[in-house]
Amino acid sequence: MEQIEQIEKQALAELDAAGTADAIDAIRVCYLGRKGVLTSVMRNISQLPKEDRPVAGKKANQVKGILEAALNKALQRLETGAQTIEDRLDVSLPGRANRTGSLHPVSQISQQMCDIFSRLGFDVAEGPEIESDYYNFEALNFPKNHPARDMQDTFFVSDDIVLRTHTSPMQIRIMEKTQPPVRVVVPGKVFRCDSDLTHTPMFHQVEGLFVDQGVSFGDLKGILTAFVHQMFDDKTSLRFRPSFFPFTEPSAEVDILCVMCRGKGCRVCSHTGWIEVLGSGMVHPALYENVNYDPEKYTGFAFGMGVERIAMLKFGIDDIRKFFENDIRFLNQF
Amino acid sequence: MKVSLSWLEAFVPVELELNELTEALTMAGLEVEAATDRYDYLSSVFVGRVAGVKTHPNADRLNICDVELREKTFQVVCGAPNVTEGMLAPLALPGTQLPDGNTLSRGTIRGEVSEGMLCSEAELDLGPDASGIMPLDEDLTIGDNLARALKLADPVLEIDLTPNRPDCLSIIGTAREVAAIQGQKISVEPVHLGESDRQIDRRTSITVDAPEDCPRYTARLIENITVAPSPLWLQNRLISVGLRPINNIVDITNFVLMEYGQPLHAFDFDHLSENRIVVRRADAGEKFTTLDSKERLLSDDMLLICDGEKPVGLAGIMGGLNSEIENSTTRVLIESAYFNPASIRKTAKTLGLNTDASHRFERGIDPETTPLALDRAAQLMLELGGGTLVSGVIDVMGKIPRPATMALTVEETNRLLGTDLECNEIKRLLESIEFQVESTCDETLDVTAPSFRVDIARTVDLIEEVARLTGYNNIPRTYPLVAAETRKPAKDLTERDRIKRIMTGFGYTEAVNYAFMDERAGDLLNLAENDNRRLFVKILNPLTEDQTVMRTSLMPGLLKAMHRNISRQVKRIELFEVGKVFIQKTDQGLPEETEMLGGILSGSASPLPWKVKESPFDFYDMKGVVEGLLNALNINATTYTVLPDDQCRYTRTGHTAQIIHNDATLGIVGELSPDVLKAYDLKESAWTFELNLTLLYSLIPDFSQGGIIPKFPATSRDATIIIDRAVEAGNILDYVQSMGEALVENIAIFDVFIGAPISEGKKSVSFRITYRSLTETLEDEVVNKRHKEITLKVIQQFDAGLPE
Repeated sequence: MEQIEQIEKQALAELDAAGTADAIDAIRVCYLGRKGVLTSVMRNISQLPKEDRPVAGKKANQVKGILEAALNKALQRLETGAQTIEDRLDVSLPGRANRTGSLHPVSQISQQMCDIFSRLGFDVAEGPEIESDYYNFEALNFPKNHPARDMQDTFFVSDDIVLRTHTSPMQIRIMEKTQPPVRVVVPGKVFRCDSDLTHTPMFHQVEGLFVDQGVSFGDLKGILTAFVHQMFDDKTSLRFRPSFFPFTEPSAEVDILCVMCRGKGCRVCSHTGWIEVLGSGMVHPALYENVNYDPEKYTGFAFGMGVERIAMLKFGIDDIRKFFENDIRFLNQF
Repeated sequence: MKVSLSWLEAFVPVELELNELTEALTMAGLEVEAATDRYDYLSSVFVGRVAGVKTHPNADRLNICDVELREKTFQVVCGAPNVTEGMLAPLALPGTQLPDGNTLSRGTIRGEVSEGMLCSEAELDLGPDASGIMPLDEDLTIGDNLARALKLADPVLEIDLTPNRPDCLSIIGTAREVAAIQGQKISVEPVHLGESDRQIDRRTSITVDAPEDCPRYTARLIENITVAPSPLWLQNRLISVGLRPINNIVDITNFVLMEYGQPLHAFDFDHLSENRIVVRRADAGEKFTTLDSKERLLSDDMLLICDGEKPVGLAGIMGGLNSEIENSTTRVLIESAYFNPASIRKTAKTLGLNTDASHRFERGIDPETTPLALDRAAQLMLELGGGTLVSGVIDVMGKIPRPATMALTVEETNRLLGTDLECNEIKRLLESIEFQVESTCDETLDVTAPSFRVDIARTVDLIEEVARLTGYNNIPRTYPLVAAETRKPAKDLTERDRIKRIMTGFGYTEAVNYAFMDERAGDLLNLAENDNRRLFVKILNPLTEDQTVMRTSLMPGLLKAMHRNISRQVKRIELFEVGKVFIQKTDQGLPEETEMLGGILSGSASPLPWKVKESPFDFYDMKGVVEGLLNALNINATTYTVLPDDQCRYTRTGHTAQIIHNDATLGIVGELSPDVLKAYDLKESAWTFELNLTLLYSLIPDFSQGGIIPKFPATSRDATIIIDRAVEAGNILDYVQSMGEALVENIAIFDVFIGAPISEGKKSVSFRITYRSLTETLEDEVVNKRHKEITLKVIQQFDAGLPE
């Protein structure tokens, strides 16, 4: 009895160590072959005392079954798994390349901005990049010969046609075509003749317009706060500061607490602790007059922001010109 | 606009700490960009006491002094003749940046250590005396910072004013804002000139021939004046705000300009022919030399100040060289006028002249201040120039703007702001900035803006003042209720986004180039003379030579991007760009804007060959991108056929395909021609494609119909035929597809062979046709028969042979 258990243990141990089909076959012959160890034990059972025979016979058959199953399994293992060193892979080697390119960081941020406003119920629209003086200035309450025009260094195509200096002309184009409620954001390229570390002659803006009955300055604050909290994080502090744009009244600049120094003051925020990210304000009644909206009935707000500026903050980029060099190594970081 | 704190304090006591003041002004809409102190460089200069003086052992003219600062004593080598034991003098320590630009360091002079420098007035820019060290008052505390001890510290605020607040382009205007913040009023001392009769009318006259451009002109005359340098206090005031002192007369006009915001001009009265002033418009083509010695060509809408015979000043912008104040001047006519803002702006803009005066006139000054500033200047000239006043004032006044009274309701204020302000509160706020408010009931306020607030024109301007004074940050944040209605997004927006993502999926990186280009691009790209991509939208005022026109093609930008990458050792170029190109139209309207997609490819797929052979990119890599993209967009039935040689401008002939969909050309794909690459300083081969997205968007189906997924097996048959080399193999595919055979599921080319044993001028093309029926498993005989028929038709159609 003990002998049978011993045989089982030994055979299984040898099988575990067996690495080739030959070795496995040798084990089979050694234990289960015609002259095999287990075979001879089984043959000798008839010589045991009569009362021991059934138990021993049963046990021997059981072990035979176990060994046969183990032998088959060992062979199967050999067939499916790699055993020799030549047959094994160096899995640390790289896979066959499947590279993706990347969207330009300006596209990514612009898209993100439009997505946030879409979730807030805004449509997205686009307009021409070369504009008439009327849409770029006049209808937006920048009279001819007014110093407010100096706020935007303008590229001229002719006396009456300019490269749009902002996406705001779309405020007029949209209001001309639609009746309130109007909720829309306008992404796009804009142009100003200015070039240094923080200015390029072309850059991108996202403009917003919300006109309906009963829209208040408080709503402007609410919507823009919601936007900033999604664009940065919901702990970002922001402040609204009086400013001037001819097409809004009251006008407000929106500053966020410097994302670099958290308000302590650093180079990025010119040691003020705050960074200007948005211009905004309540739509000036002169615009409603230009598009035949009733200024007594409707109020609204508008805002605009530079995409590169926010991309610089989000991605930690210090020179705006890098966006337009198209160095693939730079672009593939984002 | 620069404002010094001490100058502000002449009109209002500043109670706030500097950082609080900066913050409060910024939040009131007067953005303080910087607060600096012109005496910052004195931060390491102290009041020292010369405790001991002994002669330098190695130099007769030098002394070695022990200078005490509180507990510590410094050894200083000093060459000043007036140094004496016990005197107090300024001691600059190492690290001090002196006004001459040098930084002081610890040094050894002729073998003796010098741990600082005893300074003269001139060395510290505190006065002209350079003869010896500056003796200090004995009452000063030894060891005190010099700027503090001499009460020199005077922070200067640099305020970035928006164009709507010209009233703050003056010290008094800024003081008003500070006073409002502190809940006070400013105090401006009135000027009394104590005159009795009007002698001035007998000496001079003012004639205004252009009353619309010059609604108000006031003048005074001063005689027996002595031109001299201004006293130090006046010089200091001007320097503190960035102006250069010249002489007392000119300095006074500048001082009053800064103080009141009223530009003034002082004429040498003896240079005025006929001793009188005429204000008139220039004649077209008239020439005039301004103070800066430049001759200006004038047009007939420009306003001139003239004497009896000639112009003496460009009104509101700059005086003339011919009537400048000189050292010999004894009689001065002071001009204080109000000019039409638009007129000044137009002239200044046309002549490219921006002066302190024009800056204020074009934004709008206060016409009520005009005579006050005149009197203030006269008073100072009498005081500082020792002159006598010719009694009387000339004041030629036409129609000057006067503030209107507006009815503001509490309801509209609160509705626009989302606030809950009471009538009294609104009244209090507006009165704090000198607005007159009559409130008859709890609902309506009759408000009159002060004359200096030229920006207030509508009730909404009053509401802005209320908001500003309440503090934007004290207005509660609310969220509007938005109706649950929505519009479908425009197709080009969603499709553009999808196209960009497909391109990045193919491994391409998005480039964004300037929408300008060099006008020479037309030649560099070898465009035909009549190509509409030579119809440039020209920019009248370009920044640089390579940005003179709007791009008519994405190619120059992509080629430049490739060049930049290669010059930075990035050799694998897979870039795409989506953007507009601009074609000038013949009429004078807006140009045509077309959205394009362009790609550029260069280098090889696997620079480090692991598992794949290093394979340089070729035409079919680029074409594969176009095909992959169009397939992904479900734009089917697109054909590619060779672009005729005479139409290949910047791509190689025979290596360029036009992409055609239902007779419309969507774009091209091909290899860039070596000439063009060379023109862009590139040696590497490159491929490109261009697609007209404006056209493409309309071809993208909104959704595709699902078809039946076949249950029965397909079977395929191959065929090889020999055709003329010039025949495009793609035609075979198109031809077989066009047969409309129900059993033909697909046809594809799997081999093209040129060379022996195929005879010259021929090529063999092998294609595979897949057959399938939707209703049964096809029998071999059926397929074989059909395949034979199709192959025969193909052979006939293409005049083809069979391989031997």
